[in-house]
Parts: sequence; structure tokens; C-alpha cells
Amino acid sequence: MGAALKRAITQHGTKLIVSDPRNIDVVRFADVWLRSQPGTDVIWINTLAHIILRDGLHNQEYIDERTENFTAYSQSLAKFTPEYAEKKCGIPVAELEKAAHLYAKGRSAILYCMGITQHVSGTDNVKALANLAMLCGNIGIQGGGLNPLRGQNNVQGACDMGALPTTYPAYGKVIDESVRARFEAAWDVKLSESNGMTSRQMFDAVDAGTLNALYLIGENPVVSHADSAHAVHCLEKIPFLVVQDIFLTETAKLADVVLPAACFAEKNGTFTNTERRVQRVRKAVTAPQGARDDAQIVCDIAAKMGTELIQDNGENAAAVFDEMVSVTPSYGGLTYSRIDETGIQWPCPDTESKGTPILHAEKFVCGKGKFHEVDFVAPAEEADEEYPLILTTGRVLYQYHTGTMTRKSTGLYAKAPAAYLEISRNDAAAYNVNDGDRVKVSSRRGAIEVSVQLSEKAVDGTVFIPFHFAEAAANVLTNSAACPESGIAEVKVCAVTIEPVGD
Amino acid sequence: MSTLELTINGKGYAFTQGETILDVACRNDIVIPTLCHLKNTTPTGACRMCVVEVKGARSLVASCTVPASAGMEVQTESPSVVKSRKMNLELLLSSGSHDCLLCPASGDCRLQDLAFKYNATGKRFERTKPKYSPDVSNPFLIRDFSKCILCGRCVQACKDVQVNNAIDYGYRGSDAKIIAKCDLPLGDSDCVFCGECLQVCPVGALTLKKARQKPRICETEAVRTTCAYCGVGCQMNLHVKDNVVQMVTGADAVPNHGSLCVKGRFGMQFINSPERLTTPLIRKDGELVPAEWDEALGLVAEKLGTYKAENGADSIGVLASARCTNEENYLFQKFARAVIGTNNVDHCARY
Amino acid sequence: MTHITPTKLEAMRKEYAARLTQPHIRHLFICGGTGCHATGSLKVKDALHEEIAKHGLEEKVRVVETGCNGFCALGPLMVVHPDNVFYQKMTVDDVAEIVSEHLVHEKPVERLMYKDPQSKKRVPLFSDIPFFALQKPWTLRNKGIINPESIEDYIGREGYMGLSKVLLEMEPSQIIDEMKASGIRGRGGAGFPTGMKWSFAAQNDSDIKYVLCNADEGDPGAFMDRSILEADPHAVLEGMTIAARAINATEGYIYCRSEYPLAIKRVQIAIDQARSLGLLGENIMGTGFSFDISIYQGAGAFVCGEETALMRSIEGKRGMPIPRPPFPAAQGLWKKPTILNNVETLANVGQIMLNGGKWYSSVGTENSKGTKVFALSGDVNNIGLVEVPMGTSLRSIVYDIGGGIPKKRKLKAVQLGGPSGGCIPEDHMDVVVDYEEIAKVGAIMGSGGVIVMDDKTCMVDMARFFLEFIQEESCGKCTPCREGTRRQLEILERICEGHGKPEDITLIEELSEMITASALCGLGQTASNPVLSVLRHFRNEFEAHIFDKKCPAKRCPALVEFKVIDERCKKCGKCAAVCPVGAVEWQKKEVAKINTEACVQCMSCYSACPFDAID
Repeated sequence: MGAALKRAITQHGTKLIVSDPRNIDVVRFADVWLRSQPGTDVIWINTLAHIILRDGLHNQEYIDERTENFTAYSQSLAKFTPEYAEKKCGIPVAELEKAAHLYAKGRSAILYCMGITQHVSGTDNVKALANLAMLCGNIGIQGGGLNPLRGQNNVQGACDMGALPTTYPAYGKVIDESVRARFEAAWDVKLSESNGMTSRQMFDAVDAGTLNALYLIGENPVVSHADSAHAVHCLEKIPFLVVQDIFLTETAKLADVVLPAACFAEKNGTFTNTERRVQRVRKAVTAPQGARDDAQIVCDIAAKMGTELIQDNGENAAAVFDEMVSVTPSYGGLTYSRIDETGIQWPCPDTESKGTPILHAEKFVCGKGKFHEVDFVAPAEEADEEYPLILTTGRVLYQYHTGTMTRKSTGLYAKAPAAYLEISRNDAAAYNVNDGDRVKVSSRRGAIEVSVQLSEKAVDGTVFIPFHFAEAAANVLTNSAACPESGIAEVKVCAVTIEPVGD
Repeated sequence: MSTLELTINGKGYAFTQGETILDVACRNDIVIPTLCHLKNTTPTGACRMCVVEVKGARSLVASCTVPASAGMEVQTESPSVVKSRKMNLELLLSSGSHDCLLCPASGDCRLQDLAFKYNATGKRFERTKPKYSPDVSNPFLIRDFSKCILCGRCVQACKDVQVNNAIDYGYRGSDAKIIAKCDLPLGDSDCVFCGECLQVCPVGALTLKKARQKPRICETEAVRTTCAYCGVGCQMNLHVKDNVVQMVTGADAVPNHGSLCVKGRFGMQFINSPERLTTPLIRKDGELVPAEWDEALGLVAEKLGTYKAENGADSIGVLASARCTNEENYLFQKFARAVIGTNNVDHCARY
Repeated sequence: MTHITPTKLEAMRKEYAARLTQPHIRHLFICGGTGCHATGSLKVKDALHEEIAKHGLEEKVRVVETGCNGFCALGPLMVVHPDNVFYQKMTVDDVAEIVSEHLVHEKPVERLMYKDPQSKKRVPLFSDIPFFALQKPWTLRNKGIINPESIEDYIGREGYMGLSKVLLEMEPSQIIDEMKASGIRGRGGAGFPTGMKWSFAAQNDSDIKYVLCNADEGDPGAFMDRSILEADPHAVLEGMTIAARAINATEGYIYCRSEYPLAIKRVQIAIDQARSLGLLGENIMGTGFSFDISIYQGAGAFVCGEETALMRSIEGKRGMPIPRPPFPAAQGLWKKPTILNNVETLANVGQIMLNGGKWYSSVGTENSKGTKVFALSGDVNNIGLVEVPMGTSLRSIVYDIGGGIPKKRKLKAVQLGGPSGGCIPEDHMDVVVDYEEIAKVGAIMGSGGVIVMDDKTCMVDMARFFLEFIQEESCGKCTPCREGTRRQLEILERICEGHGKPEDITLIEELSEMITASALCGLGQTASNPVLSVLRHFRNEFEAHIFDKKCPAKRCPALVEFKVIDERCKKCGKCAAVCPVGAVEWQKKEVAKINTEACVQCMSCYSACPFDAID
């Protein structure tokens, strides 16, 4: 993905605008770097829209034909002047002007990751970006669009398959009677009529005593959840915790029952990637003796509860796939043989369809694209006297998520063995710490100890810690305040302070 | 418009404007040997192995760079072509130590294949001693300059494919060497160890660390699958022998066209990790202790059944996994909805 | 800014002419080329100023530091105008005499005049010196006459009038037609018709196009381009600007090796001056045409003279050739249409435009028009820069202009075209300067390096020298050049060391065939030329090395046994004096004797003997 981006820039003249509080590696390929104060994304995004509108660079034809609520939206942009943005985000006016003009000139794609979503204003940020894209007619065209980059291999597929509290496979709402009726017929069972709880709500329900049992598969919230002390507290408190994983993770250690699972190389199936491409997973080796396929485990539990979850106990992935696509219209035309060589991008409703690389091409799936007025909401926690630095968290190339898998690789371990605090030279001098020093980083929620890494990537006032490392888990520090709409916690912004640790 | 046509080895083939002689040949399954040619990158014309004879041309031409033109008469294995290739191979084979018996790439080596095909021994010239000692400065790969034929594929891969610009040609003449930043060891350079170079090296100059403790790639069976790390969904081959994933290569398909990142290529050790869970565990007296599957599954079923019966289905939650397959996630949510009877199902998308 | 006009140019020209012909005013044109700088011309110049001041002649004598005069072997040198007197090998000590005798008392100093090596007579007049008299200075028309750091001097010699004509009176297509009519071919060596090259780039539409000047001059023994840039930098700028107009380019680079600091300095001054007069930069001469030039300093890699490598180097990449097509005319620098011309080619353009292509093509042979500049060096009396009409014989260059071989030795061969060229033996000396004729005898015109070799030269060793050069300068990218030339060198080294094998000649020939047929760039494809031409003309020397283990020219120490020829020995003892290992036994009034056991074949005695008595 990164390579494709860099190829586009270096070999095909594509221009790049990077927005990141850190001077990340890709900045050297960028024409403009918008270095914003963490948590102020709505402002600079709306400001780009403001400039585009002010200078008449928007695509009026597209707006008229394809969208609605433009007038209210355009009025809402009035206050987002470049000068206001410079003051609030710390991005120079000239850079904003340059970025706006670059974006509005020709086809432009937006790629974003957790830096946009993991904020209390996460949904607002995405809406603001969507507005920007629609403003310039950049949705539904090749080389355009609003493209979230999925951090995990099958987030897309898990969502598609309805591993969400409000939707069935293919996003039919659980509260929609007709949809529910379809699934009740397919599964021959009466289904719950109310929305379920999100992961975060489940943890809160544990705390409130209303959730008694949690069956947790392949996830490590002790390290990955914001404010991990709270997560640990809930997991310890829950009456019955089942963890199904390939390793005894920090979370599994808290379980009442641990079920050993097979990993991706040991089973057949499909993953759906970030571009909605459904691709094959094939069994290359047999799982270690004693470990079992996830499908088999869940079918066994169901069987013991007196239900046959699926024919053959899930042993035949192809059979599961067939039932799965039969209730998932957007996957309807997919078969293992069709995606044998090359994956297909859904929607692929029937066997005639070759898949759909670009969504919203002729018209928006929901009809008209709605402009949402988005106002700025400050991060839940801001720097203050007690905690004067802003911490933002993220990943390093050599590690993956909570490190369960990557930290088993000697090579990767050698390249990135431990957590560190990335800090600018000025800040390091202010706190009297040097490269390699051990420091205690504290927030209102906890403290961890890491080594200092002086870095040109860091900008004064903002520090960074990768979150992969359980022994110095950045999420001990992060704030669990979440976006009210998506439930995503604001792990990208919290206030911390640092102090040197004596030997 | 009349179709454009050229002849290769006496037979006519149609081509489109912009295709090279090599493109046309490949498309028609005519084998022209190459060492430096790397798909999807600008041809460098470095190895001169793909030379062919074109009627009327002043000299042999490199088929990878010369565009096909109408009426061109190409010979791909004429005596002068074969002679040139053979001499080229003699030169390469006598420079450095191309000892197939000890080479991890044996069986997966273009130089070896071509030496065989053109009967080149490397004995026409005195064998030159390697100038540079191997670079073993990093945990992933070894750069053995004595086997390097300076084809430059690794440079192309690094520059044109991955755009990391970590390596390039250094020095001149027979001192030429592929170097990383100021000829630093790779481990101290800008290299991010995507391993693209490793994958494209046509000989044994770039090999995995501890290659001798692994089977050669030609002894393994490749299983095509999708990478289990990030959401890009790179297509990869897991090379298996003895039920162990010995190495990983990128598969030439969308979306990654053969490329992988450091995690995909070098991060699969976990599969065979001794730390893998191999038995269910049940907490007894505060300790997690091994248990039989039947007991563990029975306990789970019983507990879930009890809570459902006593406190209602919504007192139970299921957290499915973005790490699992679609099929499994389908089953997880079906389990929550159809067996437990709750919509309390979610997964880790938000973290 | 007011733009310079043709009228103004003409006025400047007249002013200059008037200045030169002012009665009772003398001009001292002292050579300020790199060669003369090295021999001390700057000190002589300072001394002249001082001495002139002492005699109160400041009003009557103007000292002008010019670019390279061409007769480099005789520096520091000076021409007194209008007296037409040429002084050579001047020292600071000579200055007082020159000023008092010549400038005050009107008595030219005879002892500093040119001495004909054959007749041993002094030649009082500059124009009578055969070295100059037989040349046709077109490209070098301003050498030794103008101050290269003065745009006024250049304009005084019709400078920028070609450009003025082009911009105000001609269409781009007419420029190209005129270039084609001139018949001028690339002076960098390959001889591609320049007009044709320009027409290709002109045909390719692009927002940006480039004109590049190749001043990377990397051949051993070549200094034509450097001298032109040092002597007449504006001529190159004018040529580039006209080329830019012809193909509609907006930017130009002069790629010059950083070992040429004086050339770089003077070109930069010239660029600044041209800009200040509006002859370069935005809206040149008010015509709306804009073009600017920058200097790009190369690090002196031979391969960067190859056009695609040169462009990569300007792009900031490693200078390595890339395959063609695409040709630079379509995708050159930064993938934009680009023309690359050699310094010498460009220096002719202004005059071609001013006088017409027909004028230029009036001189030369059927397919090689105009003149060619050569850097004459090696075993020849008159070492220096010469310019002759195409069609001049090599013999004339070596003997008439070059003054023949020193020490009455015999001419063995002439190496033409540097490491990409070949040697031409004595019996082919009547070959004329013409791209095709020279190719017929196994050499190439090349950029103009002429290395004269006398009979003490070992041709095998000469081939080895060029291969060593090629091998060191090979970029290392393609196998034939990197590995093939290395093996050829290895074989030649072993032949010179007396370990040649019977099959070596075949092996060299096979390698040559393969390298020539399959190397990536022109440098590799021609890398075998020197060795092939030696094999062609001096095969017997190869065989003597391999089979008889003898070096006929006695240059390869391992194959030589020195002995004194008794009848020639004049018993002077010079050989014994220079022998570093005491291997020469000599008593006063006795014939010397060489102890072959002790001899290390250093050749000191061989070189020291004034009577050729050591063999």
C-alpha cells in the first residue's frame, strides 16, 4: 500500500498532502505537510473546504446532481477561515491554501487511518472528510474516494459478516423487521429484536454487573484498549470469561477458560481486505496438536448447547462459505473457485458480476450524498499544567498491534524490541532527558516506564509511544473517552507528563 | 489500420506499439533468457543476457529495451546470440564464487539454469576472488557479494517497486557493488527490510539468514494464501516443508503484485512458535490449569446456558475477531444471535 | 530593462575594432589558459603590468589575458599586436627586456621568438609559424585574441550577432535547416548530424525542453573543450541559446567536470554578463524568447560523458547509462525532450547562423564539413591545440603543424579517439580527417585527442593502458563492459608480464566481439577498439610478446633484457649515473656494461642514453 503510494508519487507525478502531528517517514514524499495539533482535525478539514468554496474550486455540477444539504453545510464553513485554523491547529495559512488548491485540482483520493477515527470527534472527522470529497466530486470515481485503511486483516470481513451489535451480515439492521425475518427464516430461529452492545458498552455493562459472560476470540484488550487499567478491572470482574486465542495473551491470562485455536496458516477460508476484496486463506500446515479451528470450537460449543450451528460442524469451510454468501447479498456471486486466483471486490451480487471496485459510482448507495454540518469538538483531554504534553499513540513498522504474533519473530524483535517515548529535542531538553534515558510517563490513568528516543519526527509539545508492547503498554495512559457515535476511544490524544527515572 | 507484425525465429507475430521484443516473445511463450529484467519496472538493460539478433542491426540488441517494430526480423537463438550469452555466462561464473553445492539458492537460480542451458562452466577465465565479505549485519538476510552478478534487480525492486531507495550501485568497474547508504551494512542503513530484494534476487546473493538450517526453496511446497497482518490483504506463498512454514514469498497477484512488508515476509515465525497454546485451560482455584477439550467445551456450554437461562441472553457477550476468517465471523455472530439469542456481538474494529 | 538591439551590437563591434586599430596602441595578448597558468603566465602578466607602469606606457599598451592560445607546449606565451610578434616560454625575468627593448625601443626580442625545430631558426612573425599558419581557426576564431571574461570583446568579434539574426529574422525551422545545410556533425566523437538531432527534439512537443552542453571531456589527452570554454565561453552560450530557440527549450545546463575550475569560472562570468545584457534569461533581446543556462559540475567520471549517464548525473543520480530508446530527443533530462551537444559543436553555431550553412559546408570533405579541433600530444614537437579543415591529412597534422617527432625518432602510430578510438600506423598517415575515412582504418574521429607515438612505444602496452582506463571508468552496470574489459585487461597484463598464452589472442578477439556486440552504452561498445586496432595493425607485436617473450619496443620490463651496443656507446657514463641499483658497470673511457642479473628493467639507462646505445 505504502509502496503503491510512493510509486504514484515518484513515478506518476501524483501530489501528496500529509496531515499528521508527527513528521512521519512519508512526509518526505509530501508536497504539503499539514502538521496539526492533535485533536483539531475538523478545523483544518473544514478550512480546506472553506478555501475551496471561497476560491470557487468546488464541483457545483456534482453537488447539484449527487448531494443534498449543501447550503446549510456551506454556511457552516463560514467560521473556518485559514486564520482561525492557523490559530487553533498551528498550521500556517499558506500551507492550508496550498493543500486546498492541490486537493481541489483534479481527481484526489483521501486515505485515512486511526489518526482520524480514534478521537472523541472521530465520526465528525470522517464526515468532514466526506464533505470535502463530495465538495470536489471526488466520490465514486477512480483515483478519488474516501479510503479508510484497515489496520487489521479482516476488520472489513468481520463487519461484513455482521460481527456488529446492530447489523446482520451485509449490514441489514437487526431492528429492521423484514431483515430480521429473512434471517429468522434462513436460520430457522427466533432472533432478538433489540440492538446489542458494542464492545465498549459490554465492558461498561460488566462494571455495572449486567453482563455475566464474555466469549472473547482473538483479541487482546488488556493491551489494545484505551485506559487498559479499566479494561483489566472489567475482565477481572466478569463472572465468566472465555478467551479463544493462539497464544496465552495478557487477556487470556485473566480468563476462566482458554481455548487454543488454529492460526490463519492452519485453516481454509476467506479474508476481506480494506478495498472489499474477498480473498482466499488456505491451509498450509496443520495446527499444533491440541489446537483446533475456531469454526470447529464454536460449533462444538453450540452442539453442546444443543444446537447444530452449521452442517458438518464447520469442518468444511467451503460449506460455511456457501451458507454465508446465501444470506449475504453483497457476497452473493462469490464462490471459492471464482476467487481462486484473484479476489473479487464486493458488491458482487450474482455470478455475472465481476465485483465493484468503486462504490457510489453512478449514485450514492443511499441515494444522495448528504453534507453534514460538523463543528469542532475539543479533545476530551488537553494539555494543562499538571500534564503538559500531548501523547499520541500508534504503530511501528516492525510490530503488529499488541505484538502477540510479531514479537515471536526474532528478526522483528531485534528491529523493534521495546516501547519508547519519541520526543523532540526541545522537549527533551526542557525535561532534562537524553536519548536512551529511562523515563516515567504518567497520565491521569496510570504510568509506564520507557526509554527516550530523541527524534526529528516529534514536534514540540507532542510525544509518541507505540502501543504494541504489553510491558510498557501505552494504553495504560490513554483516555477511554470515546466518540459518541462510533464508540471509538480517543487513544490518539491524552495529556501526560514525564520524569526521569533514576537507576 | 493494418496490424503491426514482426517475425521471431521466422514466424510472424502481431504486436502493439510500445511493446518490446521481449514483451512480444513472452506473450507468445518464446523463451528469451533474462537476468536483470524485472516486471513492472523500467528495463535497465544491465545483464545483456536477453540479446537477440535483429536483421540489419549494427550489433546484437537487448530485447528487453528495444521496441518491436514492423517488419523486424528477430532471431532469439542464432549462433552469434548463443555465443554472446555463453561468453556472458562465462564472465559471470568466473567472477566470485558460484558454488551451487553450497548455495541456498541452488534449484531456484537463474544463473544455474542458464549455465546449464548454454553449457557454460566459468572455467574460461581464472576465478576471481571475492572483493567484499558478506554482510550479515541484520537479522533477516545475508548479502553475499561473491555470488552477486550485479544484475541490479534488487536496486530496481528497492527503487521502483518499494520506493525505499535504500540500495544502489556503488563504486566503478570491477569494484562495482550494490551498496546501502554510503556502503554501510544493511542493518545500519535506511533499509526497512521489506525483503523485496531478497525475493527478486535471481541468484544466491541475497538469502535468508540461517539459510543452511532451512530447506532450499526448491524443496518446499508453496501454499498461496492471504497475509494475516494488516488490511491490505497481500497475497503470499507460505513455503512449507515438514509441516513448518519455512519461508514466505509474495505472490504475483492483486493487490500486492509480489511485494510484502517486513512483517508479512519475516513475521511468520509465530506459526511454529513453541509458545502456541496446545491445550485448553480452565481456571481452578485461581490458577489456569490444562484441561481436556471435552471438559472445557462442556464448561463453556454449561455456563453460557446457565447465564442465558437465569439472566437472559443479553447477559452474554461475544467478541468476534478481525483476525479470523469471514466464515468464522459468520459462525461467531450466528452463534451469538441464533444460539445464545443476543445481538451482543462485536469485534475489535475500534482498536 | 532596455533590451540590447542589433544596432547596439553593431556599435559595440565597431567600438572594439576601433580599439584594436587605434594608432600607436599596442595589445599584448598573453595566454591565460590552464596550461600557461601552470607555467606561470599570471606572474608574467603581473610583471608586465608593473614594468609597463614603470615606463609610463599604461596609455599605450594594453595587456589582455586571453584564453588558451593553443601552443601549450611553449607557454607562457604572448602575441604582440599589431606587431604580429610571438613570444614563447617567457619568464618574469624576461619581462623587463621585452618592455624596454620591444615596447620602448621597438626592437623585438629575438631570443624569445619561436624556433623552428627543423631549421633551428627563429621565426619573427606569429603568422609565419607553421603551427599557426596551417590551421583554420573557425571554432577557435577568438582564441588568443579576446579576453574571455569580457562580453564586449566577444561582441567585438561578431559575438551574439548570430543569435540576434536568429531571434529577429529566422523561424526555428530555418535554424534547423541552416544547421542541416552546414553539414556539421557532432564533435563529441560519434559524428551524428547536429541539424538532424535538433530536428528530432524540435518535433517532440513538451512544456519543457532542455539544451545541454557536454563539457565532461574525459578522454586521456584531450583538452579541446576545456580550451574553448576558457578562451571563448560566450560562443558556447550563444550556440546553446540558438539551439534552444530551434527546439523551443527554456533551460540549459553546461555539464562540466569540476577539474576544470578555470573554465567553470569563465563560463559563470560569461553567463552573468550575458544575463546582464539581456542575452540570456527572460525575454532575450525583447523577443519574448526566454532561455537560461546553469553550470552543473560533474565529479569527473568518464562515463558521464555518455549522454544518458550525463543526464542521470544532472538529475542527481549516479551517472550510469540507461538503454536507448527512448532517445533523449524524446525523453532526456527529467524525461523531457533534450538535446546534448559537445562544446566544440556549439561553439560553431553562432558563426554558422551569421554566415550561413553554405559558408560552413564550403570547407571539408563530402561528408565531413567544416573544421575539427584536435589536442595534439604525445611524441610530437608542437604539443597543443590545433584546428584544421576536414580533409587535412594526419601526416600534415603531425609533421607540418606538429613539427614532427622529437629526437628524430620515427613515428610509429597515432592514437585517435582516446579509449574509444584506435591507433593508425605510420603507413596510414595519409588518411584525411573525415569521419568515414578514419573509421576505415580502424579508428574513430572521437572528440579530438591525437596522441602521437614514436617507435619507443609498445603497442600492446598502449592497448593495456586504455583498457585499464576503461576498466576503472566502467560504470559497472552491464556485464560485458564490467567483466569483459576486466578480463581483457587481465589478459593484456599477463601478456605484458611475459605470461601470455597462445590462445590469448583468440580470447581477446572473442571477448571484443561479445563486448562490442552486446554492451549497453557507446563506451562499452567501443571499449575494445584500442585493442582491436592494435591487433589489426600490430599483431606481430602481440605475437612477439606471447611467443617470443619479447617486447620489441622495450617498454614491457618483464620482457626486456637491456644491453649496451658497444659500437654506439660513447663512454659518457650517463647510464651508470642514473641506474638506481648499480647494475651498470662503467669506467671512464670504457664502454658501459649492464649486469642483467642485477638489472630491474627500470629503463632509466635506456632513457638517459643520448646515443641510443642501449637496447
